Amino acid sequence: MTSNPLLSCRGLSASVDQKPILFDIDLDIPQGQVHVLMGPNGAGKSTLGHVIMGDPVYDVTGGEVLFDGRNITDLSPDKRSRLGLFLSFQAPVEIPGVPLSSFLRAAIEGREGMKMKNKEFKKRIAELADELDMDKSYLNRELGVGFSGGEKKKVEMLQLLLLQPKLAILDETDSGLDVDALSVVSRGMELYRERCDGTLLIITHNTRILEHLQVDEVHVMVQGHMVAQGPASLIDRIDANGFEEYENELAAQQASAK
Amino acid sequence: MAEKKRTYVEDIDRSLYDFRNEDAAADRKNEGLTPEIVREISERKNEPDWMLQHRLTSLEVYNSMPIPDWGPSIEGLDMDHIVTYVKPDTDQQSDWESVPDNIKDTFDRLGIPSAEREYLAGVGAQYDSELVYHSMQDSAAQMGIVYSGIEEALEGEYADLIRQKFMTLIPPTDHKFAALHGAVWSGGSFVYVPKGVKLDYPLQSYFRLNAKGAGQFEHTLIIVEDDADLHFIEGCSAPKYNVANLHAGAVELFVGKRAHLRYSTIENWSKNMYNLNTKRARCDEEGSIEWISGSFGSHVGYLYPMSILAGRKSQSSFTGITFAGRGQNLDTGCKVVLGAPDTSASVETKGISKDGGIQTFRSSVVATPKAAGSRCTVSCQSLMLDDRSRSDTIPAMDIRCKSVDIGHEATIGRIGDDKVFYLMSRGISEEEARTMIVNGFAEPISKELPLEYAVEMNNLIKLEMEGAIG
Ligand SMILES: Nc1ncnc2c1ncn2[C@@H]1O[C@H](COP(=O)(O)OP(=O)(O)OP(=O)(O)O)[C@@H](O)[C@H]1O
Ligand SMILES: [Mg+2]
Repeated sequence: MTSNPLLSCRGLSASVDQKPILFDIDLDIPQGQVHVLMGPNGAGKSTLGHVIMGDPVYDVTGGEVLFDGRNITDLSPDKRSRLGLFLSFQAPVEIPGVPLSSFLRAAIEGREGMKMKNKEFKKRIAELADELDMDKSYLNRELGVGFSGGEKKKVEMLQLLLLQPKLAILDETDSGLDVDALSVVSRGMELYRERCDGTLLIITHNTRILEHLQVDEVHVMVQGHMVAQGPASLIDRIDANGFEEYENELAAQQASAK
Repeated sequence: MAEKKRTYVEDIDRSLYDFRNEDAAADRKNEGLTPEIVREISERKNEPDWMLQHRLTSLEVYNSMPIPDWGPSIEGLDMDHIVTYVKPDTDQQSDWESVPDNIKDTFDRLGIPSAEREYLAGVGAQYDSELVYHSMQDSAAQMGIVYSGIEEALEGEYADLIRQKFMTLIPPTDHKFAALHGAVWSGGSFVYVPKGVKLDYPLQSYFRLNAKGAGQFEHTLIIVEDDADLHFIEGCSAPKYNVANLHAGAVELFVGKRAHLRYSTIENWSKNMYNLNTKRARCDEEGSIEWISGSFGSHVGYLYPMSILAGRKSQSSFTGITFAGRGQNLDTGCKVVLGAPDTSASVETKGISKDGGIQTFRSSVVATPKAAGSRCTVSCQSLMLDDRSRSDTIPAMDIRCKSVDIGHEATIGRIGDDKVFYLMSRGISEEEARTMIVNGFAEPISKELPLEYAVEMNNLIKLEMEGAIG
């Protein structure tokens, strides 16, 4: 059984203002799996997430992104979203004057299978807020404005559960959370997996969030390069030894290439 | 009787203007504004003599005053043929066919009913809202409130009061266009709210737009007596099209002791318009004025509603938004005079420029020597939607009193690409994302408007964002 992966990056390179950040990245994520992306600060993990989502800040200088059987390299982010891609931001933005609920309404507007009356919509988001231990009053507040770091992350999870994408990239959705919020986010991930057999790419520095999940594969990035991939046991190894060995390996490779 | 009036009028005229008259008669073809034309306007209205005198004095002032040498260029105004802008009832022999397509298109998109469209387009004589206006008038009347056309009020019970107040806040000598207004004003609203009367729904001038001549040189006079309360809404979001593209209206608001007046406006003139409107309020002790002001449309706009805080502890708040798109140069802001002890004023404005539009915020705060203990905060935020557009801030302060507290802050920014990307990553199109951000930026203003107006304003912003309004 050799079905195509749901998401693949092939030889993907990207730069910002002529400065290369991602180098020749290969990544395959089959439908229904949970993958983890690790790497030291500044390795390019968030950049990879943004490039997969189509952030116009980055120029794709080589390679391609395939999703659900389509080459999406040149698609705008909204179209990618509507194909079923989702990115939970490491640093969600604030949009003054736009109530969270109106934003959510706009996000589902016109999506297939998501037609709902206003009342139904209100009920749905209220339920989701409940499940994520969020006070419903947040739904009427301005998107992100005055939200704590943890609250912003919960709002990202709420969107994940509302939009039910085929694949979600969670960029440090677990960082900076207290114990309770952490378990809320964990629960959110489980719900997503249960309800729509969701596929996940989890970017994290914190292995705790992974405890309740069955991880299928781990990818390691260093300095914009994909340097290793392997089974869940890689996580423990990194936990114990850090990224030094990968960094050394990359340095050695680069030296020999010269 | 009309006959008599006429003779009298001519006498006055002669004594004051004989010399000029001859001149004017000679160069009629030059289409300058002459006493004859002004008299013609006055006669047609059958108005009291003091008003004719007022018009003629204003005309004098008008002819002697220079064109403003600051602010956006008004070169496109044909000042030598100003009469073509003011000729009453020339009826512009326009018809629906001659209304520009972009205006028609906007009516479509705003969902304006056809009868209103014709009126708003300047080609219809009447429209159905007459009824709405009258029922509003009736229910206000039951509370003792007078709400009528100002021309009819000149003959009624409040004739003397109007005479006492008319153009005292905005004297014709204020500036050239105030003088022009004084000479040729026509139409507008009069509202009188007696002592202690509080009206709990807004009066809306939208419903009496069809008053003859309204929308060009209209005069609004509102008197809110001590302890009374009123919300008045002027204008509407549909672009008003006028072949004669000069608007020089005047709004005078008198707020009594402990009284409160909220004056909301959404102006959306067609984009050939020179909008040179003057608005002014005066507050007595503990009285308060709230301005909510949305400026859309126009080719060139000068608009600085002014609050004169004349009584101790009187207050003013100004909340305004200006959107300048392609081909527009909108110079807006406000003025505040802290003229008594312990007054307070706040100014919050938002400016948006797009497609090469120029938006300037201009404010003036004057603290007189009597203003001890007064406060004023000015905050203005601008959003430039692209590199071709311009936003500027020109705050002026004249502080002649030691113990006043005045703060000013201004920011000029752009829409963050990160925000647009975030929204787009949720399936929202780029255009919609930008519109959403701009609407959010405008929200502090729209939340001050009654719901239906807020919705209209959001739609208007949406249309502007699409560049749909020509
Ligand atoms: N928009 C940008 N402009 C300039 N440099 C950028 C931009 N985005 C990323 N970079 C640079 O690219 C590199 C990778 O950044 P990225 O945020 O992808 O790292 P990361 O692996 O997510 O790190 P962390 O674990 O700290 O979140 C960093 O050196 C960063 O400064
Ligand atoms: Mg990161």
